[in-house]
Amino acid sequence: MTPAEYYQRDRRLHPPALTPDYKTSVARSPRLSLISLQGSMSEITGPTFGHGDISAIDNDLIKNYAKDGDPIGERIIVHGRVLDENARPVPNTLVEVWQANAGGRYRHKKDSYLAPIDPNFGGCGRTITDDNGYYFFRTIKPGAYPWRNWVNNWRPAHIHVSVFGHAFCQRLITQLYFEGDPLIPICPIVQTIPDPDAIDRLTAKLDMNAGVPLDSIAYRFDIVLRGRRSTMFENRLEGN
Amino acid sequence: MKIVDARANRPQYLPETASQTAGPYVHIGLAPGAAGFRIFDRELGWDIAGPNAAGERIRVEGLVIDGTGSPVKDVLIEVWQANAAGIYAHPEGGGEVEDGFRGWGRVITDFETGEWGFDTVKPGPVRARGRMVSGVSQRVRDSHPDWQGRAQEDNVPMAPHLNLWIVARGINIGLNTRMYFDDEAAANAADPVLNLIEWERRRATLIARRTVRDGTPVYRFDIRLQGEDETVFFDV
Repeated sequence: MTPAEYYQRDRRLHPPALTPDYKTSVARSPRLSLISLQGSMSEITGPTFGHGDISAIDNDLIKNYAKDGDPIGERIIVHGRVLDENARPVPNTLVEVWQANAGGRYRHKKDSYLAPIDPNFGGCGRTITDDNGYYFFRTIKPGAYPWRNWVNNWRPAHIHVSVFGHAFCQRLITQLYFEGDPLIPICPIVQTIPDPDAIDRLTAKLDMNAGVPLDSIAYRFDIVLRGRRSTMFENRLEGN
Repeated sequence: MKIVDARANRPQYLPETASQTAGPYVHIGLAPGAAGFRIFDRELGWDIAGPNAAGERIRVEGLVIDGTGSPVKDVLIEVWQANAAGIYAHPEGGGEVEDGFRGWGRVITDFETGEWGFDTVKPGPVRARGRMVSGVSQRVRDSHPDWQGRAQEDNVPMAPHLNLWIVARGINIGLNTRMYFDDEAAANAADPVLNLIEWERRRATLIARRTVRDGTPVYRFDIRLQGEDETVFFDV
């Protein structure tokens, strides 16, 4: 089988490096063009992970750092599929998440926001997609919090999401937002993305059918990684 | 999710999920020990080569430097590399690797100085791209034999290199670059990727300098996000 390249990244869907309303990007953005590189062995391969790398409780943020009770906050389930641009599932790939607690405070020695740390909440989790590309986490809904950019910017509630795919060129970090949050349209970080539809796709949708009655409410969030050219297999196109 | 993209030139494809910055607290998710707490039985990415890998044991160190000349102290770097035989630990990586060799690592900086470093083995040359086309493109090429020799560089192996991916607060989409080795001058001169870079003086931004400390080879690789001698970043 001939190793196959991945589709080129459509940069119009992504934020550019330099986005002056998000001030930190100004000194951290390359000024010269990226050099375009066709896929080689170095780009079409990438790290693989297995269930030996993680623990079963790692995707349960309600329990994975609990000390003497459950964390404070709205109990939610975040679930969805990791797909590629060909709409095929991406199985057995590592998904990692991190987030603030219900008050908008991160468990990080560099976060000094006055909202308190929750003794029962760590704020990070990870899982591996199943054969259908499906994943889920149980957590509490993170709070909004202020940050230094303009004098009074607030981040909408969000969960950071890191996904690997099967090739290093598919590597992606993004943020999940929640449907209906009024801070989304005025957040300079969200608005680094030029395409309104792309922002809408980062907004998890309320999914009443996936919740647990009298326990947890659910949000659906599908993730799309770069797709790959078909490979020839016995003279016919495989996939697509 | 809509299956049909509104843009006419990409019917039937799903659009890729947009990137967002990893933010200042990336360590909570990807390196919680550095954030100041212990949660997972095992953090990922701290052992790149494992105990059994053949080849020269090396250390790689550097700074990521912003457009003001200051070190970026909250950056996270991932490395992806072949083993000493030029094989990646992947089903399509070109063969078998040593037990325990993953070729993938994750490194963060010292919060005070911005210095980062990791231990690994020096990779070998990686096989050429070859005819890495497939599907419809492959059929077109196969039916037009004069296309077979289209790209000379497709047949040249790549010089030993590390693939790096850099994320941080203020970086909206992860930056891909490569680190090459200054003691591989001949291989570097023939490397098809370095030779893609039109401006020869910019190629030097991808070449790490070797010194020896306490008997261990140490390669220094500073990454400049912006300004004079801005590091070459790739759209891979």
